[in-house]
Amino acid sequence: MIAWTIYLTFAGAVAVLIFPGVAARWIALLTAVVGLVLGIVAFVCTPVSDLAHFMTIVSVPWVPSLGMNYHLAVDGVSLTMVLVTGISAVSTVLFSWDVDHRQREFFFWLLLVVGGCYGVFLSADLFLLFAFYELVIVPKYFLIAVFGSTNKEYGAMKLTLYSFFGGMLVFAGILVAYATAGTLDLNQLVQFPFSAQLQTWAFPVLFLGFAVLAGIWPLHTWAPTGHVAAPTAGSMLLAGIVMKLGAYAGLRVAMNLFPEGFHAWSKWIAILAVIGIVYAAAVALRQRDLKFVIGYSSVSHMGFVLLGLATANALGVSGAVLQMFSHGVIAALLFAVAGRMLYRRTHTRELDALSEMNLSHELPFAAFAFVIASAASMGIPGFSGFAAEITILIGAWKTYPIAVWITGAGMVLVAAFTLRALVKSFFGEVRMQTGRVSTDADWKEQPITLAEKCGACLLMLATLAVGLYPKFLLDRIMPAVEAMRFLK
Amino acid sequence: MRSPASTTYLELLRLASPEAVVVISALVVLTIGLMSRGATVVAGVSPAKPPAGAAGIRLGRTSTGWCSLVAALGVVVAIAAVLMLPRNANLFGGMLVITPLASLFKIICLALAFFTVCLVRSEKSLRHPGEYLAIILMATVGLMLLVGSEELLMIFIGLELLGLSLYVMAAFDRTDVRSAEAGLKYFLFGSTSSAFTLFGISLIYGMSGSTGLAAISAKLATAPVQPLLATGIIMTLIGFAFKIAAAPFHLWAPDAYQGAPIPSAAFIASGSKVASFVVLGKIVLVGFGPVHGNAGWHAMVAGWSPVLAVLAALSILIGNLVALAQTNVRRLLAYSAVAHAGYTLLGLVAGNRDGFSATLFYTAVYAITLVGAFGVVAVVRSETGGDDLKNFSGLAARAPLLAGCMAVFMLSLAGIPPLAGFFGKFYLFSATLRAGGNYGLFWLIALALFGSFVSLYYYLIVLKAIFVDEPSLETSPSPDRSSSDLLQRITVTVLAAAILILGLMPDTLAARILAAVS
Repeated sequence: MIAWTIYLTFAGAVAVLIFPGVAARWIALLTAVVGLVLGIVAFVCTPVSDLAHFMTIVSVPWVPSLGMNYHLAVDGVSLTMVLVTGISAVSTVLFSWDVDHRQREFFFWLLLVVGGCYGVFLSADLFLLFAFYELVIVPKYFLIAVFGSTNKEYGAMKLTLYSFFGGMLVFAGILVAYATAGTLDLNQLVQFPFSAQLQTWAFPVLFLGFAVLAGIWPLHTWAPTGHVAAPTAGSMLLAGIVMKLGAYAGLRVAMNLFPEGFHAWSKWIAILAVIGIVYAAAVALRQRDLKFVIGYSSVSHMGFVLLGLATANALGVSGAVLQMFSHGVIAALLFAVAGRMLYRRTHTRELDALSEMNLSHELPFAAFAFVIASAASMGIPGFSGFAAEITILIGAWKTYPIAVWITGAGMVLVAAFTLRALVKSFFGEVRMQTGRVSTDADWKEQPITLAEKCGACLLMLATLAVGLYPKFLLDRIMPAVEAMRFLK
Repeated sequence: MRSPASTTYLELLRLASPEAVVVISALVVLTIGLMSRGATVVAGVSPAKPPAGAAGIRLGRTSTGWCSLVAALGVVVAIAAVLMLPRNANLFGGMLVITPLASLFKIICLALAFFTVCLVRSEKSLRHPGEYLAIILMATVGLMLLVGSEELLMIFIGLELLGLSLYVMAAFDRTDVRSAEAGLKYFLFGSTSSAFTLFGISLIYGMSGSTGLAAISAKLATAPVQPLLATGIIMTLIGFAFKIAAAPFHLWAPDAYQGAPIPSAAFIASGSKVASFVVLGKIVLVGFGPVHGNAGWHAMVAGWSPVLAVLAALSILIGNLVALAQTNVRRLLAYSAVAHAGYTLLGLVAGNRDGFSATLFYTAVYAITLVGAFGVVAVVRSETGGDDLKNFSGLAARAPLLAGCMAVFMLSLAGIPPLAGFFGKFYLFSATLRAGGNYGLFWLIALALFGSFVSLYYYLIVLKAIFVDEPSLETSPSPDRSSSDLLQRITVTVLAAAILILGLMPDTLAARILAAVS
């Protein structure tokens, strides 16, 4: 049943092209909602014990002469990712409700990205996974280059080339695995005894390829520029789910296939992750553009994911998966507020300019949503960010105690830049004498629309629900992680 | 094998019926073209009567229609004739062979010719469409001879028939000086390469005493490799490297692709390339099989495989890097063709059944893609009068369908799923990597992956012009967007659909090729 998320999303993408432009957003919304509902139903109804293993749901021969199968499977980790994809997709469509320039094309590319993400999270065949993974790259280019804003063509090209560069490293790694083991089926590949020597050079190639998309330092520079250039929907998808593709595939493919290689290199992953957390937070502290702040915060938060993966114990890796979910929701909310609620009305993202606008009074709902998102982003208890990061840090304490100390310092920086952005954008000092606010009347006539409220509420609900009861997700993630064979 | 004595002419005609059908339709097309040309000239010499002149032009246009109809019909009948051939036959010691592989690729070549004929229908710059179509059909016969022969002399005759037809086709547009330049360059390079091939063949004949590929292979297996033989092999390979535009023998390609009339360029890029790869594969794998050598990084052994590996590496590097700097779409396609020739050679470097079938799949997909891409270029050229990148700007707003098709072609060339080029690359690279023991060919794969990475940039630049840039030029929709224009659009759409279908269900073609190569 969960496989239908893929088919319906691609069917929706085709339908968007066929039907007249007015219907496009409704088709997209319908597709996204159905995907989310399917995800929730599958999440709730599948028995927890079934999610402990990568359970096949569809397996059909695709190219028998090369041993490629159309093989989909699901476990707790992939189901969690499907869920966050559904949530991000629905809120993204809601926040794109007023796109009226080339809207069929817009929703077509958007649904392709969403469908590709569903595909990656459910694939159990290496070729299939890679096909979906590469499929996501080009739609992002068009979403950003056609519909984006600041420096969009540069940002789009940079992002696409970085992704494709990572894709080529992955391609090399997959070819080596395939040529050695003679199969592409993930469940068979994890059983295959790759030689230790092969693993030590194939693992970094494969993992680095995936990690480019996850924003690993120092290959993260596509992320801030890409996020800033992208339209709101693009940033939400990028930060919400596309960056997770890299981390998920690194976990599912690279770490599972080459466990010995992973153990040989995990220390270096942890080092890069910690540098990423601290460095990106420090850079975010100095940004003037609100979207750049959020872009760097994404890199910083994805550093937590990588640190969690590098711990190689069940707690840390489960925390990483939880953080993928949590950050997907929080980053989407942050970008939604900054890109849609604020920018569309004020036409600026400069923190200094925003601080003079007294926005907490003008746009109380936006202020409320941003406060929630910031709190979740800083890791205030009660929100999903806290649950995820504390799990990662406990996991990391067992393996890399020093990393925890440094990361703790990094978290102070995260809190600092988040608070700075929050205060500057919404709670700045109003200089009444300039009179700018009262004359700039055009944006006051646009209250927060219903679609925006629905989207924001969905995201806030998700982060609160997981923050208050993380066990709901962790109960399904932990057994699946414990079944993986790279654990120490 | 049948002995020549028992072969009657009827038997020969039956086995060569596809070629015969194409030749006959070429003659019919030529006749129709000559007759209607006389009518046009008669009507055209009386300028005082504009109505008569217009009638003459109309007559000329209908005759174009008749010519292309007959040509297309001939090609379709030839495909039917190929389907009715027996599964296996061998005449005159390999001069004409019928195998599943030959039949499959005869069909593919005929299909490519069919789509090229569809493009000719709407090419307005050609003065004498009858003659042009007849030459295309003669070139098609050359392709079929190449594909269906395992004997060096016959292969050389096929090459010459193909080559001479293509030189004329490249230079056919008398109003355009670039076309003349393209024809001349192509002719000079092509005839030099023919000389190389012929010299190489003569050396091989001298060393092995035979021109049949199977006999050469048997001879080479017993005799050690001598310098003279190595010279012969290398010279033959150089001749083919010209034909497939592999660096450093690619210098004719940019001008030929850019200057020649668009159907000619499409045919040079598609049909000629497919047939050349089939023949090259047969020569090296069947004829030179015993002197394969090894191109592995630490296990380099002399033979033809290291030679092809060097050609492939140079082509991938030079093609991709030079393509980055192009602003003309046809020139860009030419340099990308050099790079793709490099990728395609990888399968031959691997030198086994998997590698060969991967090469064949890749080159067939590539040919389909390029015919389609040139179809889009033709439409853009007729509407904006040029084929630079700036002529493509804003195409998505003008003609969304064409823009979508061009996106399919470019992304397939870049190797983006779910298009056929992606599967082709995976098949090719995995077959190559598995062939070289102990990842010996990984250096080539790494180079090819780097090339693919670079190539995405210039394909995206084309797509950026189409989808992102604002229209920068005045467009003049051709006065009669009539049936010919529609036909062109249908052709392009069908080709794009083929690329998509081959990407989603690659087994439809890959399994056939794999079964035929054995």
